Amino acid sequence: MSNRVVAGGIWRKLGLGVSVFALVSPAILVFLWMISLSLKNELDNTAYPPVFIPNPPTFSNYIDVFEKNNFLLYFWNSILVTGGAVLIGLLVGVPAGYGIARSKAYRTAIMILIARMTPALSYLIPLFLVFQILGLIGSISALLITHLVITIPIIVWVMIGYFEGIPQELEDAAYVDGATLWQSFRYIALPLARPGMMVGAILAFIFSWNNFVFSVVLGGKNSRTLPSAVYNSLTFEQISWGPLAAAALLVTLPVIVLTVVAQREIVAGLSAGGLKD
Amino acid sequence: MTAIDLPASTATADVEKPQKLAPRRYYLFALPALVLIAGVIIFPWVFTLVMSLMEFKVGGSVEFVGSANFAKLFADARFGESVLRTFWFTILAVVLPIVIGTWAAVVFHREFPWRGVLRTVFIMPMMATPVAVALVWTMMFHPQLGVLNYLLSVIGLPPFAWVYDPSTVIITLVLVEVWHWTPLVMLIVLGGMAALPSDPYDSATIDGATDWQMFRFITLPLILPYIMVAVVIRTIDALKVFDTIFVITQGGPGTASETLNIFLYLQAFQFYNLGYASAVVVVFFVIIIALSLLLLYVRQKLKWNA
Repeated sequence: MSNRVVAGGIWRKLGLGVSVFALVSPAILVFLWMISLSLKNELDNTAYPPVFIPNPPTFSNYIDVFEKNNFLLYFWNSILVTGGAVLIGLLVGVPAGYGIARSKAYRTAIMILIARMTPALSYLIPLFLVFQILGLIGSISALLITHLVITIPIIVWVMIGYFEGIPQELEDAAYVDGATLWQSFRYIALPLARPGMMVGAILAFIFSWNNFVFSVVLGGKNSRTLPSAVYNSLTFEQISWGPLAAAALLVTLPVIVLTVVAQREIVAGLSAGGLKD
Repeated sequence: MTAIDLPASTATADVEKPQKLAPRRYYLFALPALVLIAGVIIFPWVFTLVMSLMEFKVGGSVEFVGSANFAKLFADARFGESVLRTFWFTILAVVLPIVIGTWAAVVFHREFPWRGVLRTVFIMPMMATPVAVALVWTMMFHPQLGVLNYLLSVIGLPPFAWVYDPSTVIITLVLVEVWHWTPLVMLIVLGGMAALPSDPYDSATIDGATDWQMFRFITLPLILPYIMVAVVIRTIDALKVFDTIFVITQGGPGTASETLNIFLYLQAFQFYNLGYASAVVVVFFVIIIALSLLLLYVRQKLKWNA
């Protein structure tokens, strides 16, 4: 259609090539440097001029992360918190998206949007006090409950959009045939909204997984999620770049893989709602 | 095209004379979510509002002080500075991603070999865990051993202070923010470009328009609404940045990178001035609501234009 580059001369191709290079290289630089740091011994990591290609690559940093830093425990914590919050988010968020879309409850929708926009940090003072009274500071359940602040609004928001796109007529027909409201949701709207559930779940997973501040404030020594666990290993132990880079890479790897695999869903979700944490 | 899988028993014979339809109680679907939202979102909002009128220190007494927290807040030079700093940071962290993101959208709208792969690489920073990336940036910013100063020396530039000097820390943090979120701007603008008509370009080509003229006079006006959406979203996000600043500088050196969110964190969870911190949240909240409503307005306009 507007594919005008075909007609372009050598200069245009060159300009395009330079542009692409300039745009993509910062991402490549940071990720490659991360990998490079994680595969080098401490001597090479603090060498100047820097050693770019690990020679020979060492996996000792990764072994370090797993053996000395209880990485598996924090990984499991992250799985529990994020997994639980996404599941509960889907369980209550999908029907809510349906209810709000069908009853055209725009004021509720706006409230959900504002909840999406409010800084995560601002929920923490009241929740911190409540969990303190309940004696839940430093527990997985406190973190899981707090992560609902992230997962529910995003899932509801994405689902409102999806259910609005499903024509009411399909359900009206079933309704005339005597289907209950629940049946028309369960057997008509829900199957059609499955891609939306996928989008909502993926985005909720990513934003919950990446969340840092909840765990900093509410996490205990053994209940931290990965981002704050890695951050704490920075502050309380001697800084060593290799293991730190290895840990950072392991923390972000699941999300990066998900981004690459589910790129289409993420793009759809973000450009429809256009919103992030 | 769609399999409607209804239980057979629900298909009644008197289709022609449907009974009076029962009211559809859609709110029941939203009820469980609304209960949870009331607990973890609405309750904190209301509680914070009440707290902002209290003098409350953890371990100390609770006392109603009315608007004293706000009076103190607006007289607090550190708060004022953090607000100005946040606005300065936000302006840079909106303008740069918008400009670069729009450029990226124009580039990725064209066709070239490996486009899909390169676009995926370009998008990756957006979803990367901010804390993990911030740790790597911290190592890269190291004044003596960091790779960035080495790269500068390779192209013959003097070393840069990055986050180690009050005068350069904000722009450096903006750089991290640009790295992280330019892809989101690109996606939003690219979404807008997908709907561009091809006729104006054809006639412009016949008229001998340059690439820049076509962008300036055809593309830009058409994608402007999408850019506006991106501006509002970027503004809200930039105001809230916490993870990267906290990990890389903790607001330092001194208070040189202490933005509103960092100020709030320190007041609440370092000094435990919970009442005072709640007042900060309220001010923050007002700004965010205003911007959210602006976003809704812009999206609504977008729908009318489409």
